[in-house]
Amino acid sequence: MKKTVRLVSTLVIIASAAWLTGCSGKPTTKEAPKAMAAQVDPAVVAEGKAIAVDRKKGNCLACHLIEDEPTPGNVGPPLLAMKARYPDKAKLRTQIWDATAANPESAMVPFGRLQVLSDAEIDKIVEYIWTL
Amino acid sequence: MKKILITLALLAITAVTAQAGPEEDRMAFIKYYKAKFPSVPMEEYANGVYAIDPIGRENWEAIEEFPPYEPFIDAGQAMWEKPFANGKGYKDCFPDGPAMADKYPSWDKQQGMVVTLPLALNQCLEANGEKPLKYKKGPINNILAYVAFQSRGKVINVEVPKDDPRAMAAYEDGKKFYFTRRGQLNFSCASCHLQNAGLRVRTEILSPTVGHVTGWPVYRSKWGTVGTLHRRFSGCNNNIRAKALKAQGEEYRNLEYFLTAMSNGLELNGPSARK
Ligand code: HEC
Ligand code: HEC
Repeated sequence: MKKTVRLVSTLVIIASAAWLTGCSGKPTTKEAPKAMAAQVDPAVVAEGKAIAVDRKKGNCLACHLIEDEPTPGNVGPPLLAMKARYPDKAKLRTQIWDATAANPESAMVPFGRLQVLSDAEIDKIVEYIWTL
Repeated sequence: MKKILITLALLAITAVTAQAGPEEDRMAFIKYYKAKFPSVPMEEYANGVYAIDPIGRENWEAIEEFPPYEPFIDAGQAMWEKPFANGKGYKDCFPDGPAMADKYPSWDKQQGMVVTLPLALNQCLEANGEKPLKYKKGPINNILAYVAFQSRGKVINVEVPKDDPRAMAAYEDGKKFYFTRRGQLNFSCASCHLQNAGLRVRTEILSPTVGHVTGWPVYRSKWGTVGTLHRRFSGCNNNIRAKALKAQGEEYRNLEYFLTAMSNGLELNGPSARK
């Protein structure tokens, strides 16, 4: 029940974010935002995914729902429609590098700051999460 | 809700100035959990995560029909009754009998430290020339299971005596430990069991802190046996890649002192079973 509520509210946010940025998957403006135009090597995305789901690495599923991945927790919000919600990829990276920068009370592991993951690993995760 | 959490965090910080006593702390915890789990009656907290996890609860109730900890209680009773080499026994150290788990942990003015039940049992052994038992695994769990079983229904009532400032210092120390982030993964006990209680880490629902101490020792399916509270502390510390501390060392005893005070008013119901 709670999950549904969260999902619904997330979807509402996504919808409004998409509306605000005028981008709903496919750019509708003539000039696509630069970040969306850039093509990323699928191999990097695949590596990012492997690191993200590995229990000994990112273990993001401990706390986040990722579509089609088994046994997600719900301490954090579902990772959905990330491009729409994070048009600025650098912001997404900051959240993963050190979630406590934006929210000192955050339960999310500061993966970069405490060197749980290397910078290169985080870069790959960002590419993967951004495809969700 | 967020406000209450902030108040609780402040509790941790203002601890040093020590205006907020254990009873105020406990009321703050209860207020927070009540807001989070409005339909859960107070006495249910003694059942740990099963107070808030209806699915896990069904399995648990089925397990409790044939309690896996029963043989440990029987083995503990035999230990309780068997004389030591010098002819004395646990009975001589604890003349009021085995229904005494509610007397611990307590502040021992003479020793100037928090004495927990496992520590008191080992002090009895040592005073009688016997070898102390290991604190996490093994036979200590038998004697603890027996004492816990005999103590079922007794009400937790930890006191932090006012006539010895060291007692309050020990309590504050435990509280500080509870709220301090540690380990490479940067969690405090509060991150999981306060801030995120009721949410899931993978498939595990995080239990509230109120009720954490009622049911020990615990038979965990994951362990395949009965283990102590301090074994669980080390487990939770290891999970966040923090160095687990010594079972029955000062830090964990003070932590137990604080945690138990947060469960004041709940009935003891150990031993219990967990997945
Ligand atoms: C222990 C829990 C936990 C883990 C593990 C975790 N997160 Fe988070 N995450 C959170 C929480 C809680 C939030 C909510 C915002 C905050 O508190 O920072 C969050 C927020 C986020 C956000 C922002 C979401 C939004 O809706 O804006 C992103 C992106 C994110 N996490 C990505 C990740 C990635 C990628 C990983 C793994 C490499 C990960 N998280 C691991 C708990 C966690
Ligand atoms: C990363 C999350 C996390 C952190 C941090 C954490 N725990 Fe836990 N803890 C769990 C999970 C998951 C369980 C098993 C499910 C449950 O009962 O909550 C658990 C179980 C417990 C239990 C057993 C409860 C029972 O009824 O069997 C106790 C006691 C406990 N934790 C105490 C602590 C203490 C004290 C700390 C800090 C030193 C701590 N935990 C830190 C996740 C955590």
